[in-house]
Amino acid sequence: MQKLEGKKVFDGVAFGRVAYYGKKERKVKRSHIENAGNEIVRFEAAMERAIAELGELYEKALKEVGEANAAIFEIHQMMLQDDDFLDAIKNMIQEQCVNAEFAVATTGDNFSEMFAAMEDEYMKARAADVKDISERLIRVLSGEEKQSMDMEEPVIIMAEDLAPSETVQLDKSKVLAFVTRLGSTNSHTAILARTMNIPAIIGVAINPEWDGKMAVVDGTNGCFYIDPTEEMIADIKARKAKQEEQKKMLLELKGKENVTLDGKHVNVYANIGNIGDAGAALQNDAGGIGLFRSEFLYLEKDHYPTEEEQFLAYKAVAETMAGKKVIIRTLDIGADKQVDYFELEKEENPAMGYRAIRICLDRVEIFKTQLRALFRASAYGNISIMYPMIISLNEVLKIKQIVEEVKAELKEQGLAFKEVEQGIMIETPAAVMISEILAKEVDFFSIGTNDLTQYTLAIDRQNPKLDNIYDSHHEAVLRMIEMTIQNGHKEGAWVGICGELAADRTLTKRFLQMGVDELSVSPTFILGLRKTIRECDLREA
Amino acid sequence: MKEFNYHVTDPVGIHARPAGLLVKEAAKFKSNISLTKEGKTVDAKKIMAVMALGVKQNQEVKVSVDGEDEATAFAALEKFFKENF
Repeated sequence: MQKLEGKKVFDGVAFGRVAYYGKKERKVKRSHIENAGNEIVRFEAAMERAIAELGELYEKALKEVGEANAAIFEIHQMMLQDDDFLDAIKNMIQEQCVNAEFAVATTGDNFSEMFAAMEDEYMKARAADVKDISERLIRVLSGEEKQSMDMEEPVIIMAEDLAPSETVQLDKSKVLAFVTRLGSTNSHTAILARTMNIPAIIGVAINPEWDGKMAVVDGTNGCFYIDPTEEMIADIKARKAKQEEQKKMLLELKGKENVTLDGKHVNVYANIGNIGDAGAALQNDAGGIGLFRSEFLYLEKDHYPTEEEQFLAYKAVAETMAGKKVIIRTLDIGADKQVDYFELEKEENPAMGYRAIRICLDRVEIFKTQLRALFRASAYGNISIMYPMIISLNEVLKIKQIVEEVKAELKEQGLAFKEVEQGIMIETPAAVMISEILAKEVDFFSIGTNDLTQYTLAIDRQNPKLDNIYDSHHEAVLRMIEMTIQNGHKEGAWVGICGELAADRTLTKRFLQMGVDELSVSPTFILGLRKTIRECDLREA
Repeated sequence: MKEFNYHVTDPVGIHARPAGLLVKEAAKFKSNISLTKEGKTVDAKKIMAVMALGVKQNQEVKVSVDGEDEATAFAALEKFFKENF
């Protein structure tokens, strides 16, 4: 067995035969044409055909991956109708008496180089679009069939890179997974793979010789195994069966509302810890992201993540969720999450120590960098910001003042941002007791039940000796939650729960009776929770 | 001929999709419509040229309209830029 590591794009596992999707190095030959007029007619027919193909692709993509992702094919159509591009090709056929294939290939290279030379990353990506349309034209001219891959059984597609059009074009029922060498987790194709629920790994040192071998794709850790052991195959099959079960439930519950038998609606959102999880959230039909832990940006680096690095990550999630609410929690380190470069001193009692918002309000520059990135990303979707570990009104007022400073800076620099909803985590008894006062200052509350239980019961979560008395159903905790919901509603703030208790289906009915507006859970729990909600009747005691 | 200057505030600038929208809008009119940035002028009805101009956020562009329906085209494009870029 051979193991290769890459970057995961989409969770999920697959087992099957590898099919190498080699772009045929299309050697276009230059040949002399006797009748340039006829050649131009042949070219124009190919162009019409290519435009029609793109129209079909657009319709297919529209159904499978939505308007925003399908738009690229409309752009390709327009590029194929661009006078400059067409004239350059026709002139070349006319003037040099060359075959249409050669004229398209040469003109395509010229245009694509022009884009590749541009500074802006967005514009550079257009070079791939030009290549894509040129190859389509050449293929049509050569009279080749549309689907260059003939797949009888479902396979793991292994390729250097996949163009968006190739990803959509593939017969989905024959694709087990994607494994590519190139591409980024934010690339168009990665987003499509997530939207289409196909396990995918990128950045893998692939070898065309593996074509036809059996392999395992583990999207949960980004690993690709060639010639897997019996043991691994059994493990993957078991996980796959579980996935299928989840999928079945998804089919039954997907698109259904989170509503009780007596008509009470509640939002069910997802808790995620990195960009890849957003795909799992969508796959499981999350109404939004209720908690996006921003820590991963800090934990996986050996330096403070820059504003740009953070901006790109927040933007990617906002775009992936396409208009659905994305609640991003500002930095929550300290306590059990330590990062070396923060150089935090060792503490006697870290759970009650220098952590989360306490660090942010002390080292304001770190906080400001994150806020700038968050507000800039807000222009690309529906972002809300949430602050952890609040204990006082003073903290909230200080945060709001810093936020105003950040917004003024962005405005002055002419950088786009939107007004966003701002809320706080309720995870200390102090915050619960003054929740009526805090609610006047924020748009929403999100109750973090893990810390709230630990602080309310004065039980260290990390101490296994105390496991037998750590009771998250303790009446004190439940009353804290109820009080928070009542006080939030009194002042017009909506209230959600994002801790582990939110996924505890034995408490769902009680939470709904308390009037909770949102429950945020791990993506895999969403559909189970939906099922429980739909079976609840709040009229019964 | 009528002209207006526009300061692009859209965070992604005029890349693929926005460029497509602009070309579609410009194609509705008979007038010649051009887009100028930093002294470089392109035909706003040609998508490759518009994309190659690489207009980014916070850049100034000049839109010129010349032809029989320039009054309507001018008004429509000014509205279009404000709404989209």
